[in-house]
Amino acid sequence: MEWANQLCENRQFGSKMTDSKYFTTTKKGEIFELKAELNSDKKEKKKEAVKKVIASMTVGKDVSALFPDVVNCMQTDNLELKKLVYLYLMNYAKSQPDMAIMAVNTFVKDCEDANPLIRALAVRTMGCIRVDKITEYLCEPLRKCLKDEDPYVRKTAAVCVAKLHDINAQLVEDQGFLDTLKDLISDSNPMVVANAVAALSEIAESHPNSNLLDLNPQSINKLLTALNECTEWGQIFILDCLANYTPRDDRESQSICERVTPRLSHANSAVVLSAVKVLMKFMEMLPKDLDYYSTLLKKLAPPLVTLLSAEPELQYVALRNINLIVQKRPEILKHEMKVFFVKYNDPIYVKLEKLDIMIRLASQANIAQVLAELKEYATEVDVDFVRKAVRAIGRCAIKVEQSAERCVSTLLDLIQTKVNYVVQEAIVVIKDIFRKYPNKYESVIATLCENLDSLDEPEARAAMIWIVGEYAERIDNADELLESFLEGFHDESTQVQLQLLTAIVKLFLKKPTETQELVQQVLSLATQDSDNPDLRDRGYIYWRLLSTDPVAAKEVVLAEKPLISEETDLIEPTLLEELICHIGTLASVYHKPPSAFVEGSRGVMHKRLPARTGSGESTESPDVGTAAGGSAPEAAPSIIPSQGDLLGDLLNLDMAPPTTSGPPPPTTGMQMGGMDLLGGGLDSLMGDESEPPHVPPRTDTPRSPSPQPPSPVYTHTDYTYTDYSHTDSPPDHSPTEHSPPAELGGDIGGSPAMGAGFGAAPAVMPASLNAPVGGGLGDLFDLGGVGMPMGAYIPPKIVWLPAMKAKGLEISGTFARRAGVIQMELILTNKAMSVMTDFAIQFNRNSFGLAPAGPLQVLTPLGPNQTIEVSLPLSTVGPVMKMDPLNNLQVAVKNNIDVFYFSCQYPISMLFVEDGKMERQVFLATWKDIPNDNESQFQIKDCHLNSDAASSKLQGSNIFTIAKRTVEGQDMLYMSIKLSNGIWVLAELRVQAGNPNYTISLKCRAPEVSQCVFQCYEAVLKN
Amino acid sequence: MIGGLFIYNHKGEVLISRVYRDDIGRNAVDAFRVNVIHARQQVRSPVTNIARTSFFHVKRSNIWLAAVTKQNVNAAMVFEFLYKMCDVMAAYFGKVSEENIKNNFVLIYELLDEILDFGYPQNSETGALKTFITQQGIKGQTKEEQSQITSQVTGQIGWRREGIKYRRNELFLDVLESVNLLMSPQGQVLSAHVSGRVVMKSYLSGMPECKFGMNDKIVIDKAGKGGVTDEVGKSDLGGGGSTSGKQSIAIDDCTFNQCVRLSKFDSERSISFIPPDGEYELMRYRTTKDIILPFRVIPLVREVGRTKLEVKVVIKSNFKPSLLAQKIEVRIPTPLNTSGVQVICMKGKAKYKASENAIVWKIKRMAGMKESQISAEIELLPTNDKKKWARPPISMNFEVPFAPSGLKVRYLKVFESKLNYSDHDVVKWVRYIGRSGIYETRC
Repeated sequence: MEWANQLCENRQFGSKMTDSKYFTTTKKGEIFELKAELNSDKKEKKKEAVKKVIASMTVGKDVSALFPDVVNCMQTDNLELKKLVYLYLMNYAKSQPDMAIMAVNTFVKDCEDANPLIRALAVRTMGCIRVDKITEYLCEPLRKCLKDEDPYVRKTAAVCVAKLHDINAQLVEDQGFLDTLKDLISDSNPMVVANAVAALSEIAESHPNSNLLDLNPQSINKLLTALNECTEWGQIFILDCLANYTPRDDRESQSICERVTPRLSHANSAVVLSAVKVLMKFMEMLPKDLDYYSTLLKKLAPPLVTLLSAEPELQYVALRNINLIVQKRPEILKHEMKVFFVKYNDPIYVKLEKLDIMIRLASQANIAQVLAELKEYATEVDVDFVRKAVRAIGRCAIKVEQSAERCVSTLLDLIQTKVNYVVQEAIVVIKDIFRKYPNKYESVIATLCENLDSLDEPEARAAMIWIVGEYAERIDNADELLESFLEGFHDESTQVQLQLLTAIVKLFLKKPTETQELVQQVLSLATQDSDNPDLRDRGYIYWRLLSTDPVAAKEVVLAEKPLISEETDLIEPTLLEELICHIGTLASVYHKPPSAFVEGSRGVMHKRLPARTGSGESTESPDVGTAAGGSAPEAAPSIIPSQGDLLGDLLNLDMAPPTTSGPPPPTTGMQMGGMDLLGGGLDSLMGDESEPPHVPPRTDTPRSPSPQPPSPVYTHTDYTYTDYSHTDSPPDHSPTEHSPPAELGGDIGGSPAMGAGFGAAPAVMPASLNAPVGGGLGDLFDLGGVGMPMGAYIPPKIVWLPAMKAKGLEISGTFARRAGVIQMELILTNKAMSVMTDFAIQFNRNSFGLAPAGPLQVLTPLGPNQTIEVSLPLSTVGPVMKMDPLNNLQVAVKNNIDVFYFSCQYPISMLFVEDGKMERQVFLATWKDIPNDNESQFQIKDCHLNSDAASSKLQGSNIFTIAKRTVEGQDMLYMSIKLSNGIWVLAELRVQAGNPNYTISLKCRAPEVSQCVFQCYEAVLKN
Repeated sequence: MIGGLFIYNHKGEVLISRVYRDDIGRNAVDAFRVNVIHARQQVRSPVTNIARTSFFHVKRSNIWLAAVTKQNVNAAMVFEFLYKMCDVMAAYFGKVSEENIKNNFVLIYELLDEILDFGYPQNSETGALKTFITQQGIKGQTKEEQSQITSQVTGQIGWRREGIKYRRNELFLDVLESVNLLMSPQGQVLSAHVSGRVVMKSYLSGMPECKFGMNDKIVIDKAGKGGVTDEVGKSDLGGGGSTSGKQSIAIDDCTFNQCVRLSKFDSERSISFIPPDGEYELMRYRTTKDIILPFRVIPLVREVGRTKLEVKVVIKSNFKPSLLAQKIEVRIPTPLNTSGVQVICMKGKAKYKASENAIVWKIKRMAGMKESQISAEIELLPTNDKKKWARPPISMNFEVPFAPSGLKVRYLKVFESKLNYSDHDVVKWVRYIGRSGIYETRC
């Protein structure tokens, strides 16, 4: 009766007053007692005992000794008890693999239970028991459950495949579970779809190269449909999976975006962020002039702002992501400054993130408001926050010139507060302001000097010393001030020591008479009494410099400093792109790529934003084609509707083969060989130390995109994380503070620049040297032996006329320029049943007067399934008519069956003639002469060549580099191009070391060709 | 995905520990306790990385919930899940407290097993969960009941079960707004926004299809342009007593409960849904334009020498005189070195609370277009501290019976084609409550 009473009590109070007793600390002999209770006959007592076991397990006690006793309780029809036993099993099975087998039978039996909840429970638990022997028994039940009639069981089984894969990947593959899982993506139940997607995504992560998810327009469509129907969590799985897809073109991209945007109104922030990720990524492919593009931009702002009213933890995640989004697309949130104002009781992590974003959004329009806010923040309690606020004021001064004066006066106000850390922080930023606006605010130096004594942080001390040294001539007692630091020289940190050394040397150069003693003192301290090699070396350098040539010393030490940049601690572009692909995830919170914090193979794969494609731009599409799984490039040639009236003139043309035959196409090998000889000879003559020239294997197919250079950013992010101090200016405390490489004569700086110095001198070459063959000599000089020009870029062959449209004749082809002759290279395939004969070809009038220079050389009849390759030499003396796009070519091909029409686009680079190298003086004059309206600017993204490699690559396509200039680490290449019809195009290509995005400005009297020329640049540089 | 989930009490003792992934070991439990709960410093981030393991945590009163992972998980999802977990626990046993967690640990394990599978969140709607996680066992279910449960858990309308019946079909709509303000001492609005929620309690039979309409500017303008007369003008439920005469409001952004068909909202801007049974939040929204600020605070702080401060604060109510604001509380911060305060106020009660470093002035009720004043003399202890007093802003709390955003419910129509009750038979109630969010005036 007693247990019955207890049972009643339990029922009565639910289990409210009872369960916590299991947590009470137990006495000795507990395990023994539990064992007895577990083996009790009374069901209720058994259950109680299992609960106690679980409670002990939770607090970390080892109750594995009870394994057999607990497993004995498994055979029960009490579901609550069963679940408890399962929980125990999941925890301890691994440590008792042999005994775990005892449980297998029950699992297998449960998988056949009539109740779907029990079937699902069994399959769910079994997957969590990580014992190899058990997994074998799991396969059959799992196979059944994957095809269970009940969706609840199927959705559980889907996740179980991922579990099993984690234990034994090979088994999953061998058993064919992956295929079953793929089938579940088409399941009628949205939750099954979502779980299958989640499981597949996870499995795919550990097989980076497999095509497991096999995303294609059909499967994407299924996912988008399920998206509307499944739970909030399922929506997240699906959106995260969608983000891995690369749409084939801008239209597909837009249609996916349209179906994803409604998710921005979901109450679950994670759904919103995942939707933002998909949109940010796919937006990359939309042409900017599209109306939809700007609509989308507008739609993104409100949901991002709404995320800021979520709970603080989510706000933090949102803010870290917004930080990325603001860097990638500042236009989205540029009017939303106010929402990032810090609230008094925001948690500190939210405050700090908001501050970061405020600075990023600061502009002339809102600077007054921002400054007023920052001033408020500088009086808050949290030290870190106050420091950051002070620093932010300095950054505003540097970023928005108009506000500099107000910022400086705000900082002076703050210095007056005498709050120690505020003063120190203010001095550090004022140093940067001096760097940015030299000779403008030095009047405040006196105020700064008053605070010299209160500075106890190395960074602030170093900053102050820098200021004293830099403006020594204006500070009367500069020598005294610096001398006072010298007393405790050895107790200072390295940063301060180095700075002190430099400052005193500067002082000496400015006031040599009074400070001779001081400088000797510091030099001996640095060189003789210090163990720090950096300090010693710098000391010796100064010493040597001062003793050998004081004038040179002055030039070096007091050289003019480059200005510091406005935007600081921006995330490096490739990393930023990768992080954008990880919006919402931990990577976006840490601002690090997953490989930096995830172990093993998972997440190591780098994600990239898709390249922009437009239906109008065709030549650079092969890149995208391969990315989207080898599908046809978007800008495939359009088929001209037969009997199109615009082709009237073509129809009437005589299709008989012309009698004149063109020059035989010289083989490329010969040409390349010749150049190689020349190049090699010259190189050895010049005694250049750079690597011997080599001819890269030449293929007509595009080479696979070169592997991305490992980004050096990890350290960079760490840098911004740990030390804000270094981010605002070039390292002031590094040994070369006053002489960055560029000033010391950039060429010594880095090995890639070796050739650059070489290239600068002989920039003016006699025009006569420009031999028509590849521009050989002159260019070799210019390029300083970096490598041989690689020959003209030839786009891969694409299908121009599919067999379907031409009664079985398939034509694919490309254009090439070989040895000054334009070739149309065709592959004709007969996919019909009958023999084809009597081929002829004719062009419509076109922009550059292209016309066949001879007949189409198909002499033998083309049998079924036969293929023939022909090249057709082209001349540029045919009738001219402006086409749209400019490089469009309409072609008619006749055979014994019919006449077929198609249009294709040729790369304009094949019209670039060999004598397109302009004289330097002429170039300058022409550049000035062409009105600025005719200049157009383009961006070439993701090009990882250095300027020399780029220049030699372009050379191959008859784009000639005339001169090269290096300004602040940026290489400017000046180039000229001559088209077959005599049009000159002048170009300026700007390449920044380490930045994969080139900027190109094109000037031409006929500006309409610029777009095409740009496409060529892109195509040439990227292949 | 989530590798494990731990619940700790304030001392860092583990109450619940559930590990989903093999890469998370028992030492993770301790790592979090040592590095976060017992850390000396204030928590600097809700995400902590300890030895390549990431910990996400939220706190509810003195309970810590921590999710652990070694992978690049969706961070937003993990936090959303932790909040959801709290909601589910609260729905089952009330407040998330140490006692309740200990009392229900078996239930919690059962829930964790159901709503998180291999670290992937599954259906976590309490409505659905309560049908089969009951702590009573599910032995007695018939086959039909079982399949009904599974189809609800996995189904498209996972939040509502079939066959609900009420004798009286009734629904309650609460428009709850919190109005946020940051004002400069000179009375310039630095930022102001309303974040609102529409909370619905529905007691409706069957699977009713509902359509909700409000004075959303975009909808009204569209209707106006098309020349369509307001079809539901007659069944207007609005007029909750807002003071403003404006017809429509511009909503910056809104988010919806998962029952709302988002694609329909996106294309037609109509809000249609099959409601969960009982109470739930239909939507959240945010407005920033034309907000009615119910109160204006005018501060005046004067430092008289180094040991005395004079504070005068005037509050003005800015709404219809016929309406009454309630629970008004003005909190005036005082410096840390305050030694004594003398307060005089015209209305309500004011007290200096030394423990909170503030003068708290409470007024029970106040009608619109009124004004009230408090003045205080604060005596300060002389200190050596050079740092000036930070002057935290004066904050305010209140409750008003209208929506400061100007939102009005235009209609809520209910269609249930299978059962024989119509829109007219449903009894509908609408209430507007405007509360202060962070309502601060700098001084």
